[in-house]
Amino acid sequence: MKYLLAVLFGMLMAFGATGQGLQPDALVKSVTNDVLEIVRKDKDIQAGNTRKAVELAEVKVLPHFDFAHMTRLAVGKAWRQASPAQQKALTDEFRTLLVRTYSKALTEYRNQSIDFKPVKMQPADTDVVVRTLVQQSGSKPVEIDYSLDKTDQGWKVYDIAVAAVSLVTNYRSSFAQEISAGGIDGLIATLRTKNGGGDAAVASKQ
Amino acid sequence: MWLCIKSMALALVAAVLMGGCATTAGNKDPMEGFNRSMFAFNEGLDAAVIRPVAKGYEFVAPSFVRTGVSNFFGNIADAFIAVNNLLQGKAVEAISDAGRLLVNSTVGMLGLLDVATEWGMEKHEEDFGQTFGRWGMDTGAYVVLPLFGPRNVRDGVGLVFDVAADPLGHVSDASVRNSLAALRLVNDRAVLLPADKIIDEAALDKYSYLRDAYLQRRRSLVFDGRPPRDPEFD
Repeated sequence: MKYLLAVLFGMLMAFGATGQGLQPDALVKSVTNDVLEIVRKDKDIQAGNTRKAVELAEVKVLPHFDFAHMTRLAVGKAWRQASPAQQKALTDEFRTLLVRTYSKALTEYRNQSIDFKPVKMQPADTDVVVRTLVQQSGSKPVEIDYSLDKTDQGWKVYDIAVAAVSLVTNYRSSFAQEISAGGIDGLIATLRTKNGGGDAAVASKQ
Repeated sequence: MWLCIKSMALALVAAVLMGGCATTAGNKDPMEGFNRSMFAFNEGLDAAVIRPVAKGYEFVAPSFVRTGVSNFFGNIADAFIAVNNLLQGKAVEAISDAGRLLVNSTVGMLGLLDVATEWGMEKHEEDFGQTFGRWGMDTGAYVVLPLFGPRNVRDGVGLVFDVAADPLGHVSDASVRNSLAALRLVNDRAVLLPADKIIDEAALDKYSYLRDAYLQRRRSLVFDGRPPRDPEFD
């Protein structure tokens, strides 16, 4: 069950708004270091202040995530049957869920050190995986891989795999389960309930 | 008592696995009903006993003690990991694992310090389930075992061998053996405590969240972190 722990560390890696125009590996590194630097100094976040962690994520990390792409991957085949309004609602709710989870993980960060592996990429590549390794004493290091693709707004993260568990596609069967029970609106409603009735402060910032 | 638990556990595993050998075509979780009740049982046991004890342990044992405990059991496990790497034909890794055991048992003071990692000898994660996977055995259905948690049939069969080969099982003094086994369980659980809140935050349905994470993880491990890309992806 050690992979459970990995879920935690995976959520820790972060991407700062500083990284525009950087290559994917440099981007991952600069943002991660930025955010962890802040968390190391912030006693409130360490003490479990999720609100503050959410604010940090909103400013530093989320600009580098492509939530529409993530949601499309998590929803899978049913995505094409969803109306644009449903797609928007799904993306907003999934974004909120991921942000809350991520922020919770930030509050649990305890000085683990991170190795960044350089990416061997060709100039023409538009889809790359950046590999990192979280070192922790007493157990095997946990690998965290970021999938990024090149968009008009620069490189964006569309998947994070922690110990080979994709945090995005891991939702596929529970999403499919919800859709077969209550349709796409059923899934939206479930996500909304899970997010506490749609935490407007987070969801509407898209 | 350890032996008794062990044989009970093995009998249970065997019984469940035989049920799990039924066809799995197109459905990764054909025994979902059974699995969900086992999952609920394990969750109940965790909430009532294992988790509170792990929290108490985390509270009284300082972090360097817990790291030492993790290192100690990790060192014992390296012997077992070396054997599995050897069975998978990965001689270089097996030699490195044996080297880790040697270094950590001596310089690392009976395994309390993980010196080998600092010296650049990477820790591996291997078990019999992965070995069988390497040999081409199919995963079979997903099963949730009482106490042991998520497995697939292949890893469940592997578990029978894992338990039989567990170095702790060969400690002759029963009270020492039981205390060590309990310490290992509690320490392992304490390591996972921070993950609890995050999973509760993340999962719509904890059962399927953990199931899918387990299946993804095991698939990757068999390929040593480089599985062929999932055709479902994209």
